[in-house]
Amino acid sequence: MGSNAAANHPISMKWVQKAKDNGGILISVDPRYTQTSTKADIYAPLRSGTDIPFLGGMIKYILDNEKYFKDYVVNYTNASFIVGPKFDFQDGLFAGYDPKTRSYDKTFWAFEREQDDRVKRDDTLQDPRCVYQLLKKHYSRYTPELVSSITGTPVPDLLKVYEAYASTGTKDKAGTIMYAMGWTQHTVGVQNIRTMCMIQLLLGNMGIAGGGVNALRGEANVQGSTDQGLLFHILPGYLAYPRANQANMEAYLKAITPKTAEPMSANWPQNLPKYFVSLMKTFWGDKATKENDFGYGWLPKLDAGQNCSWLNLFDAMYEGKIKGFFAWGQNPACSGANAHKVRQALGKLDWLVNLNIFDNETGSFWKGPGIDPKKIKTEVFMLPCAASVEKEGSISNSGRWAQWRYKAVDAPGMAKPDGDILVELFDKIRALYKKDGKFPEPILNLKWDYVDAKGHFDPHNVAKEINGYFLKDVKIGETEYKKGTPVPGFALLQADGSTSSGNWIYSQSYNAAGNNMARRKKDDPTGLGLYPEWSWAWPVNRRIIYNRASTDLNGQPWNPKRALLKWEEGKEVDGKKQPGKWVGDIPDGPWPPMSDTKAGRYPFIMKPDGLASIFGPGLVDGPFPEHYEPLECPVPKNALSSQFTNPTIKIFSGSMDKHLTCDPRFPFVGTTYRVTEHWQTGIMTRWQPWLIEAQPQMFVEMSEELAKLRGIKNGEKVKVSSVRGELEAVAIVTTRFRPFKIGDVTVHEVGMPWCFGWMTPKNGGESVNLLTPNVGDPNTMIPESKAFMVNVTKMEGGA
Amino acid sequence: MSEGYSILVDTSKCTACRGCQIACKQWNGLPGTQTKNEGTYENPVDLSADTWKILRYSEGTVPSGAPFWYFFSEQCRHCLSPGCMAESEKGEIVQDEKTGAVLFTLKTKSLNYDATREGCPYDIPRQNPKTKELFKCTMCFDRITNNMIPACVKSCPTGAMVFGERPEILDAAKARVQELSKKYPNAKAINPDEVRVIYIVTDDPKKYWKFAAGK
Repeated sequence: MGSNAAANHPISMKWVQKAKDNGGILISVDPRYTQTSTKADIYAPLRSGTDIPFLGGMIKYILDNEKYFKDYVVNYTNASFIVGPKFDFQDGLFAGYDPKTRSYDKTFWAFEREQDDRVKRDDTLQDPRCVYQLLKKHYSRYTPELVSSITGTPVPDLLKVYEAYASTGTKDKAGTIMYAMGWTQHTVGVQNIRTMCMIQLLLGNMGIAGGGVNALRGEANVQGSTDQGLLFHILPGYLAYPRANQANMEAYLKAITPKTAEPMSANWPQNLPKYFVSLMKTFWGDKATKENDFGYGWLPKLDAGQNCSWLNLFDAMYEGKIKGFFAWGQNPACSGANAHKVRQALGKLDWLVNLNIFDNETGSFWKGPGIDPKKIKTEVFMLPCAASVEKEGSISNSGRWAQWRYKAVDAPGMAKPDGDILVELFDKIRALYKKDGKFPEPILNLKWDYVDAKGHFDPHNVAKEINGYFLKDVKIGETEYKKGTPVPGFALLQADGSTSSGNWIYSQSYNAAGNNMARRKKDDPTGLGLYPEWSWAWPVNRRIIYNRASTDLNGQPWNPKRALLKWEEGKEVDGKKQPGKWVGDIPDGPWPPMSDTKAGRYPFIMKPDGLASIFGPGLVDGPFPEHYEPLECPVPKNALSSQFTNPTIKIFSGSMDKHLTCDPRFPFVGTTYRVTEHWQTGIMTRWQPWLIEAQPQMFVEMSEELAKLRGIKNGEKVKVSSVRGELEAVAIVTTRFRPFKIGDVTVHEVGMPWCFGWMTPKNGGESVNLLTPNVGDPNTMIPESKAFMVNVTKMEGGA
Repeated sequence: MSEGYSILVDTSKCTACRGCQIACKQWNGLPGTQTKNEGTYENPVDLSADTWKILRYSEGTVPSGAPFWYFFSEQCRHCLSPGCMAESEKGEIVQDEKTGAVLFTLKTKSLNYDATREGCPYDIPRQNPKTKELFKCTMCFDRITNNMIPACVKSCPTGAMVFGERPEILDAAKARVQELSKKYPNAKAINPDEVRVIYIVTDDPKKYWKFAAGK
């Protein structure tokens, strides 16, 4: 659901097939009958943008039929927590909403606390204010009939999916989900995923072998790039980015470091100060001292509440507020939602540096369709880059495995690895700052020793620094560590400046044992496919996080046939009992199981209270997922409440920020997806003759019924338009799209790939993002590219 | 005597990733041809001297109204008694004794193209219009005689294509059909006693591709 793994992550289907060979049931839920659907035991269609009703209905089914894993839910989740009296939910809105700011005051969702500040609990789950009862109440409205009238999924199909999936709520069964952009690219994207997380918790499918909520990544190294802090709001290792109102390190650390009153909660994030200080030592080395707040003042700050994500950046660029832009390994002119606006924005820049392995629609935007080069002032530079096989380094997959890759061939011509470009760029910048830079300290003091003897970027130097070093001789416990030796792992990082680490979660990846990411041993001691000595997984080579939840309170596996972890009591030696230990995967900490009420710890060690969140008071749009229609949708109202769209989304209101809902001019739901043959916007694949031969042109898939309605024949060129733009596409008339019955209305949906662009091939067609809206999820600002409204018409003059 | 090799193509495991189609072109150095979208994912539209393997897509609805979408990775079947060889009198087409691969030689230039193509029950042979030479899949003869499996099989992520000694492949086909029969009463292997490239289908072969089981 939310992905088409067979087409877009073909290798993953190898393992899905293996599960099927072992008797597994494959369910495919998708607006369109996809390649993945062809392999599914159960297929259910749904209208794009209605995943929460679909899954909310499953929560109701699980609760009504008592299919949840009770021991797991009571002991490992916050189902028993009592929510404070200010919490409420009425007609689509949670308590604490301010319509002026379009935001919630989240203190309304706080838990009730005991006098010692621990959260109040009712382990019988009977208290009407406990999470379990509130959950039950919230989803009681999501009946199969109502859900069906929103999603368009026939009730029998819904029930088939619910029954099959809910059957995994037993000790001996596992269920997993493979999702992708089909879930994220919505104005309720985060809540889509959270709904599934809640289902997985109810069924006891988190922290177990074969369970989890699996993001199929949109880029091979998306995991690695977010791990290393590529996004605006985080530093490496998911440390929150400092804000201008956090005047010093103490204020910052206080804000980011959670506290708990729960004695059995490990609350691992209490260690964040150690990781932050170690990061500062990596940034500024000896120049970062206790006296100067380890260089905290040199870090650029975001304003409080400032959001610098994609849609906001391009809005600012369009408004002329951004002068220069590095488009590094990307193609915004085709990948950005509302791409016309993006292309206009590029023309407001003074300069644009396009770093890529090929020229593309971004670097050449000034000569694109409808743009007059004479009127563009932007100066464009093209820097050719080495491709992935032409450089060495690590790549992290969605299982958090960091895998080291060697360089296969030299880059052609003048192309250089990104690292070399960065080194040269920074050398220039530093020279300029040395001359007459304003506030030069952050630049001049930066520790920058990542080049080899010949002055080239050395990925090993960087990887070692990411792992971290002891910066002086220290004694920790009984062991002495010499200055300059790598830290064994993040448990030994310190907040006093005696250690460095460029990214605490990667500490252990490259230590005294060598480059652990380069390991290639195929041993599989558990038989579960963990391969602990193949590459290295963060954190500390743990292959399945929260794995202590795979055992009962005594540390014995729920499913002994698939034992991920097992607690072994210590033997008696000379009449003295030795300490027990965990056997299997690397456990989430050494503490004994929960039955030891003194030394034991709860399994969800990254949560302040140690338990997983069925009630999640941290997101901006509510502690329980609730259905809201997409910003552009085919129905006049939300069947679940009078709150039509997500009340917390940011709606841009400039001249190019158009959107229209339920408008007869754009009557059909549009969605986007990928094809196997092309990669992202097609930068790398549209130049490749075999791939362009197999998938040569922009197309739009539609049902036979819609084609009939519009008089469109299979294979003919049609016009697809939204309020933001239009493009030509070849009609693929197919039985794989079928009209949805939404209440009494028939709703048609069409789908288009987003891999094409005007530059190449000839007659290949334009980017579908000319049509998509620039509105984002309120938590992440990921654009709603998966559900918007379009029209499809025959081309003037026929085929 | 060795019984040669076989390839099993289990369409029930095929996800239409087209790795096989591209791998065939890559290994054999075949060019990408000019195409346009014809209202289907299937492309190029037909086999040619430059295309020896095509993923055929076929769709429709089953009686319940639910959609189906079948994938059929078409290629030469390397018949035990090749129909194409009926026209071959001077070694234009040879059948390798050890592997069982049916190979078109340079001499196919002098063959009657129409008759040769007509002789193939699966409509596989194609001619280079300029040189008149005939082309088709070689079972990656250069690979399989050097301890490598065919390029298409190598590329397959799901195990839909398997290469091996013929008796093993026949056993595997039998077992897989038996397994699939529990859910699909029409599951079968197509002409396993006549061909080396054995397809497993779960429905009427004609629904996959018009010549899936022969003309």
